[in-house]
Amino acid sequence: MAASLTNNTTYLSHLPTTASLPPSAIHLLDTAIISFNKIPGSAILLRYIRSSYQNDPIRSLVELFLVIFAVRYLLAPAYSTKKVKNVPLTEEEIDELVDDWTPEALTSEQTDFERLEGERRPVIVGPAGPKAKLAGSGRMVVNLASYNHYNFADNPDLKAKAIQTVRTYGVGPCSPPGFYGTQDVHMKSEADIAMHLGMPACIIYAQSFSTISSMLPAFSKRGDVIVADKACNFPIRKGLQISRSTVRWFEHNDMEDLERVLQRVVKEGQGKPLTRRFIVTEGLFECVGDMVDLPKLVELKMRYKFRIILDETWSYGVLGRTGRGVTEQQNVDPMQVDMIVGGLAGALASGGGFCASSKEVVEHQRLSAAAYTYSAALPALLATTASETVALLQERPEYIMNLRENTKAMRGQLDPRSEWIRCTSSPENPVLILVFKDQHIQDRGLTIADQESVLQDCVDESLANGVLVTRLKSMPVPLGVSGKDAAKEWRPRPGLKVCVSSALSKKETEAAGKVVRHAITSVMKGRKWQSGRAGQ
Amino acid sequence: MPIRTLNHFATISPSSTTTTTEIISEKEPIYIETRETVAPKKAFRPRFSIPFAGSPKTPRTAEIAPPQTRLEPPSQPAFRPPSPQIPTLSLPTINLTSAQGEQSKMEDMSKPLTLFQPPTPAEARRRAKAHAAFGPLGSKQHLYTSQFTGTEFPEPIEDEPPYYFLITTYISYLILIIFGHVRDFFGKRFKAENYKHLRANDGYAPLYSDFDNFYIRRLQLRINDCFRRPVTGVPGRFITLLDRTSDDFNLSFKLTGTTTETLNMSSYNYLGFAQADGECADAAEQSIKKYGISFCSSRADIGTSDLHLDVERQVANFVGKEAASIHSMGFVTNASVFPALVGKGCLLISDQLNHASIRFGARVSGAVIDMFKHNDMSDLERVLRERISQGQPRTHRPWRKILVAVEGLYSMEGTMCNLPGLVALKRRYKFALYVDEAHSIGALGPHGRGVCDYFGIDPKEIDILMGTFTKSFGANGGYICADRAIVDKIRATNAGTIFGEAPTPAVLTQITTSLKIISGDIAPGQGEERLQRLAFNSRYVRLGLKRLGFICYGHDDSPIIPLLLYHPAKIPAFSREMLKRKISVVVVGYPATPLISSRVRLCVSAAHTKDDLDRLLAACDQAGDVLQLKFSSGVAGGQEPPVAIEGALPGQKAEPEEVERSCLEIGGGVPVMPPRWKLADVIKRGVADVKQPLY
Repeated sequence: MAASLTNNTTYLSHLPTTASLPPSAIHLLDTAIISFNKIPGSAILLRYIRSSYQNDPIRSLVELFLVIFAVRYLLAPAYSTKKVKNVPLTEEEIDELVDDWTPEALTSEQTDFERLEGERRPVIVGPAGPKAKLAGSGRMVVNLASYNHYNFADNPDLKAKAIQTVRTYGVGPCSPPGFYGTQDVHMKSEADIAMHLGMPACIIYAQSFSTISSMLPAFSKRGDVIVADKACNFPIRKGLQISRSTVRWFEHNDMEDLERVLQRVVKEGQGKPLTRRFIVTEGLFECVGDMVDLPKLVELKMRYKFRIILDETWSYGVLGRTGRGVTEQQNVDPMQVDMIVGGLAGALASGGGFCASSKEVVEHQRLSAAAYTYSAALPALLATTASETVALLQERPEYIMNLRENTKAMRGQLDPRSEWIRCTSSPENPVLILVFKDQHIQDRGLTIADQESVLQDCVDESLANGVLVTRLKSMPVPLGVSGKDAAKEWRPRPGLKVCVSSALSKKETEAAGKVVRHAITSVMKGRKWQSGRAGQ
Repeated sequence: MPIRTLNHFATISPSSTTTTTEIISEKEPIYIETRETVAPKKAFRPRFSIPFAGSPKTPRTAEIAPPQTRLEPPSQPAFRPPSPQIPTLSLPTINLTSAQGEQSKMEDMSKPLTLFQPPTPAEARRRAKAHAAFGPLGSKQHLYTSQFTGTEFPEPIEDEPPYYFLITTYISYLILIIFGHVRDFFGKRFKAENYKHLRANDGYAPLYSDFDNFYIRRLQLRINDCFRRPVTGVPGRFITLLDRTSDDFNLSFKLTGTTTETLNMSSYNYLGFAQADGECADAAEQSIKKYGISFCSSRADIGTSDLHLDVERQVANFVGKEAASIHSMGFVTNASVFPALVGKGCLLISDQLNHASIRFGARVSGAVIDMFKHNDMSDLERVLRERISQGQPRTHRPWRKILVAVEGLYSMEGTMCNLPGLVALKRRYKFALYVDEAHSIGALGPHGRGVCDYFGIDPKEIDILMGTFTKSFGANGGYICADRAIVDKIRATNAGTIFGEAPTPAVLTQITTSLKIISGDIAPGQGEERLQRLAFNSRYVRLGLKRLGFICYGHDDSPIIPLLLYHPAKIPAFSREMLKRKISVVVVGYPATPLISSRVRLCVSAAHTKDDLDRLLAACDQAGDVLQLKFSSGVAGGQEPPVAIEGALPGQKAEPEEVERSCLEIGGGVPVMPPRWKLADVIKRGVADVKQPLY
């Protein structure tokens, strides 16, 4: 250190220019050099510069340039953030372009079908029980359209409990769960559902619809692989889109195709870093009504090391001896399914959705699932209702047994008897999805839109005869997507939806089923649709 | 812990020896209670501010209380306070004797003339419960109208702490990160079991990446006791926390079985409609009886009842639009409406700080997304000019439509959108405007109708007004308001309506009843009182905090008051200090805020009384001293008035500050003193100064 210091001062004083400098400047330089030398490592730097200099300033300059380049290169972002080069325009030109630009209307006109559907949408007065009163006419109709399968929504005991909850907790929790919105009733419902399912932990979302679409992106990120059933419902599709993962589809409920896809994914992944891999499918399919083959799925998952995300929105509370869903129905250990997502807004007559899984998985969602973190918690009265209905299902298996009986009775009236339609739902599913037989569609040349119109007529006809059913709804083609792209997407087959209720007697159910069958027949035989499209 | 009586008229005895530290209110002593019981420093006499011109007791208290609270009308007009509507004899508005304090009451009791009947224990309990959800109004002085006055909407001045604090904040994070990595380094070698979920296991990739999990594992875990505190009961004026402990450093919590009633500065209960009794709860009960618990269907199927149509009509009327569509969840309202409005070939310009639900919806929609700096109109104009002139990327075709999405009131910043500026830009650039009023509906404006009402702008100027029922209305769900044609189309094309479950009867009735109360259709006067109390409370707390020397973000009328903490270690410290004083607050740090500006977010409610707020200010004052939080330099207001406090009249004060503020804007060098008021002065002058246009 000392040696280099003396070296420097002598070096400086030898320079011819220093002589002309005033003494104060020399002093300043000296102090600068001294303080430079105090910096640890400065000696090494000096030695390096000196050895590289070798009486050739170009060498030092080149090295300096290299250092600057290296620093700039390291600091630069990995990819260009400026995407496209803009066309250079003057301010006047921009003003002109701004004046010229005329936007489209914010939304397009309603189509005739949408308008018709909106006008004919039934409005209910009073509870959506097995018999519902319609606004306007004031008629009582048999309600085969809501998922209120056990009529828990109008159960006096449950109503009393709900009122009690309102009297202790108010209606809304006014906070997201992360900030004082987690009430003891939520914790209780979570524990109750987890126990019912036989999973270690559970998390409750405020809406069933949003559960899976924000739970999927919480785990599956860019670069991860999701293998999904082609007939998956809309929220799953949105979740897949948000997750930005690589999505591979397999043919609906085709386990052989699934195996092929899994093999391909595993093969593609060889030699690359291991990524998360998921199989996403539904317990009872919302758009088709049939059931997944869970034992086979678990076997494949084990073999190819995938995780299963099972959407039980339509099967929880309905399948199995005590309503635990597909796992109970098909005797699969729920722990073999990694994540079970379900809904409480349907048969359980409450609100919200849940995801049951291991403790780590649940805790992770509390911070990273958007619809949980950034939304208010479920109203307390719905949380207590969920707890109560879960208990009811376990204590009173007759609810589910009645539902099975009625489902069988309803099916008997429709599937084999009607010559026009067939039921795609599995026999245990209380939501019967009825689609036209292929032969009739071909004979009459019905397009998807035509089928929807025919079915809407069936709904109206059946309502005219005192039975309320509904159609299977599907999302319209997204804005700005061309018809060609839309055709590539899987779209559910238009169908009627008949929801059986255990609160009706077998006779009433059969009578209602008959009305639906006759409504379909009369529409199909009616003049309007007699010769297919020409009839319009 | 003794249960604090909520109504001093009911049971408080003046010689009560509750643990208090200081008298800071002219009306009721404020109990700054700490877990470590402190002996009373000072004897006190309860004084009641309910004024009666001829009351013989007045002179006794007049010397201390500020004059403005003395000069009230002798009796209150026919006016229904939002507190439960049982004719309570002891409410100040009705009973003459109750105004005279406990001792006089006791004297009067012996005389046959008195009207006063002490409440039965059951009645007292019921009233205490009601007041725990919604505090009674202390004085008519504690009201203010939330309305934008002036010509140009000012940018809120953001104060900066001294550099020392900024640097130490970064160093704090550095230390935390280094510590975390050191712990990970050893932990992964010696306690591999704990890190199992971060490594590939049996051919399965870990569920979350080590890197992403680092923040949660090493930074957030330390302060987990400040988040997700479980509660029970009504989240009203007070909120009851379930006490919990952790014996594994916050990895898991055990409920101790006890509860703590705390002052609720955390819920979005702006208008205080979170109540278990009163009109809303009564109506909710009736509707459960009549309609059941749920409709078990989506709106597009058969989940539509007359209740839904009624709510939609009312909401549209309230907001000032032709039609409305409602959803059972606010998040989904945003997430599903954007795909119905914009798609491929459209441009969505979003404020940088927009809520996650808007981002979710924007991403699902498939539109091109651009952002502008938070509330910066010139930056928005720059983006608009560039994007309109350049057209769509690559093809340079003109955009099909441009939608600008902003929030009315930003929940982390407390800032309002510059609606006048946006409307002016909209006229020039022809974009469609989407305002998310999740926090502002009910909370802003003289009639509680949100930012349009606040700025006096016709709602027709805005294309889409979205809002939630979760906050001000104490219910759940969200709405979209627009022209009828737009709403009808959205109903037919948005996923939330087609697949999402319909809102439930109890929630719907809560919405209708609270809307009717706000607009004065039922319980006239109550809605107005709620709105004005919220406006007063918001300004009062903000002014008080600024004068105490804290840095607060946001606009003056915002009921959300972010108080800046900066250091990561102060996040849990502040929360715990407040919990010790039985106040529950929301603390937020990275990643919800920028790394540097960790903050505590205070949400003011109409349910708070002025004494509650004084209690909050006192607690903040103490915590601020202990934690060194008083950074303010004075540029954002809260200055000492130039005239001596005692002699200042409200009118004189405004002028010099106005000069000062304008000087600041042109860069003039008016000496700005950091405000460090004494708590007593803050409380003494607060009520009068809150109503000044500038502070």
